[in-house]
Amino acid sequence: MKKNIWVNTAFQVGALITAFLLSTLLLVAAGAPPFKAYAAIFKGALGSIGNVENLLISWLPLLLTTAGVLITFSAGLWNIGVEGQMTLGAIFTTGALRLLQNTSLPPGTIIVLGILAGIIGGALWAGLAGVLKTFGGVNEIFGGLGLNFVATALTIYLVFGPWKRPGVGSMSGTQPFDQSLWLPSLPNTELSPWALGLSILVIVVVYFLLRGTYFGLRLKAVGKNPKAAYLMGVPTWQYSVFAFLLCGAFVGLAGAIQVTSVYHRLLPNISGGYGFLGLLVAMLINYQAIWAAPVAFFFIGLTTGSVQLQVLYKLDSSFAGVLEGFLVLMVLMGEGVRQRLVKKT
Amino acid sequence: MDTTFLLTGLASVLAAAGPILFAVIGETITERAGIINLSMNGMILITAMGGFAVAYQSHSILLGFLAGAIIGALVALIVAFSSITLKQSQVAVGFVLALACRDLSYFLGVPYMNQPGPRLPAWSIPGLKDIPILGQLLFRQDLMTYLSYLIIFLAWLYIFRTRPGLTLRGIGERPAAAFVRGANVTRLRYIYTIVGGAIAGLAGPAYSLNIKGGWMGIQSGLDGIGWIALAITIFGGWNPLRAAFGAYLFAFLQWLGLVLQSRLPNIPSQVLQVAPFPLMILTLLLVNIGNAEWIDRTLAALPERTRRLIARILRSMRASQPASLGVPFENE
Repeated sequence: MKKNIWVNTAFQVGALITAFLLSTLLLVAAGAPPFKAYAAIFKGALGSIGNVENLLISWLPLLLTTAGVLITFSAGLWNIGVEGQMTLGAIFTTGALRLLQNTSLPPGTIIVLGILAGIIGGALWAGLAGVLKTFGGVNEIFGGLGLNFVATALTIYLVFGPWKRPGVGSMSGTQPFDQSLWLPSLPNTELSPWALGLSILVIVVVYFLLRGTYFGLRLKAVGKNPKAAYLMGVPTWQYSVFAFLLCGAFVGLAGAIQVTSVYHRLLPNISGGYGFLGLLVAMLINYQAIWAAPVAFFFIGLTTGSVQLQVLYKLDSSFAGVLEGFLVLMVLMGEGVRQRLVKKT
Repeated sequence: MDTTFLLTGLASVLAAAGPILFAVIGETITERAGIINLSMNGMILITAMGGFAVAYQSHSILLGFLAGAIIGALVALIVAFSSITLKQSQVAVGFVLALACRDLSYFLGVPYMNQPGPRLPAWSIPGLKDIPILGQLLFRQDLMTYLSYLIIFLAWLYIFRTRPGLTLRGIGERPAAAFVRGANVTRLRYIYTIVGGAIAGLAGPAYSLNIKGGWMGIQSGLDGIGWIALAITIFGGWNPLRAAFGAYLFAFLQWLGLVLQSRLPNIPSQVLQVAPFPLMILTLLLVNIGNAEWIDRTLAALPERTRRLIARILRSMRASQPASLGVPFENE
């Protein structure tokens, strides 16, 4: 048994090294000195206090989307609609803030209600995918994909239609909210200790939920073998729908944070790829919540740091995405190779 | 709105649907064999970039399209190898490739950004182009658009009217039964995934060497089309004719969005462009809901005649996905 753990680790490390080698070859092919390029990414991510703040600001939504999809993955569900769920969170938050901004409620209450609305919005959109799956027989991948587009259309309609800026609507989004409705942040930055605290709380809750509770155990049973779980008396469809709702709530919170603390308005494409990146993180960590925070941090560091490649070497900052993709792909393939070899011996 | 305007408009719709058709037909063939190739979004971008780069270097449009097909087949090969041989989740591998190939195309495509390159010339079909209305609509296009018409019917004929097509459907529905009848399920799944990838790989060059005329990096506006193509494949119920209807409907609504924008400035064009998706979800719901168990239970409580009527309506709409789509096959 102990030997197996060493073999597993060796395969995982080997996969990561392969991914880095492939990416390094790419850098060489593109005419950049690879070691200097990696150093530039590192400096771009952590080189100054401003960079670290930006990194943390982008880390929070990724942490939340990762936390959300860890729940749906545990229930055996491929929640590809996570981008749309984050968008709906942002839409609901914006809607609530618009509705309440001219009332006599204190700004603090309005912000809290706005964030709650975002959580509900995300949960509803995810719940829709869940109901379509359990009662309509619509595969969650296909349903979620369609709902993502509907969410995008809804955002664009709102930004250019009913919620457009005075004058003419534009891709730059709705009219920014009054500063009193911004989530309080540290001086001279958009980093909000409230957002930071909430996001970390969510990932800790997910960790304990999946690891130490009866609920988590039954959720995983539904994910591994729904038929067996059903025969053991687990209410399977309720668990599936609940997993969607919970994931949607966390992801909706990410949308709410983007509105209340980062952009202060609704923009087209406000989900910004965080949902898809969260799915990648969850796959790379093999659905182990304990690794979510550091790996999400690493991914966001790559993403924000890669902008330096553009500045220094005229390369595209999408290098981060390539490296992230290679890492996950190699780990998946490495796992496949290991299973084949272990089976044979 | 005069006739000429309408005809040119509809002709442009037929051309715009071309690349989507390649992607959708390729994916339909792959999914019929029981494999989901979720990488389509990255595949279209990387074949668009790769196809343009090859055509730019070699000054040959033909080589550009060939490169697109080869790259598409290679991406499909990774999906096939990881899912069939390494038994990893098709969805996971396809999804990672969808993101990684997109970013790879932006990264490698920088030297070719906004370069003037070769472009597929228009070519009217002599004789046919002079048929009133139809000639103007269908036959004053370019070679790739003609190929996109053809491929719909070829794919339909192959899947539903030939013996190998029957086996193809078999390995997607009941691979074990097909195996007992002598089909090499593993090899056939490899072949159809790669062939589907090669057909879908034509979609990228059809954009960069024809419709868009070049590679513009992130400004190419191709990000998202692959997800749309996947959605249309489902909308099409794994039938090339219905899928073609979906692709044309999508291109038509996009065109309508542009036309209506000048007439109805209150509705943003993007809203009309995504109008097919709520429609798609509704269709999915209607074709699948007949399979749900609670429907049977509810129906059982209804009076005999009503029950028969509803059951018949549901059955006529039902179009289940290939039964073994995404399920790995083990021959013991």
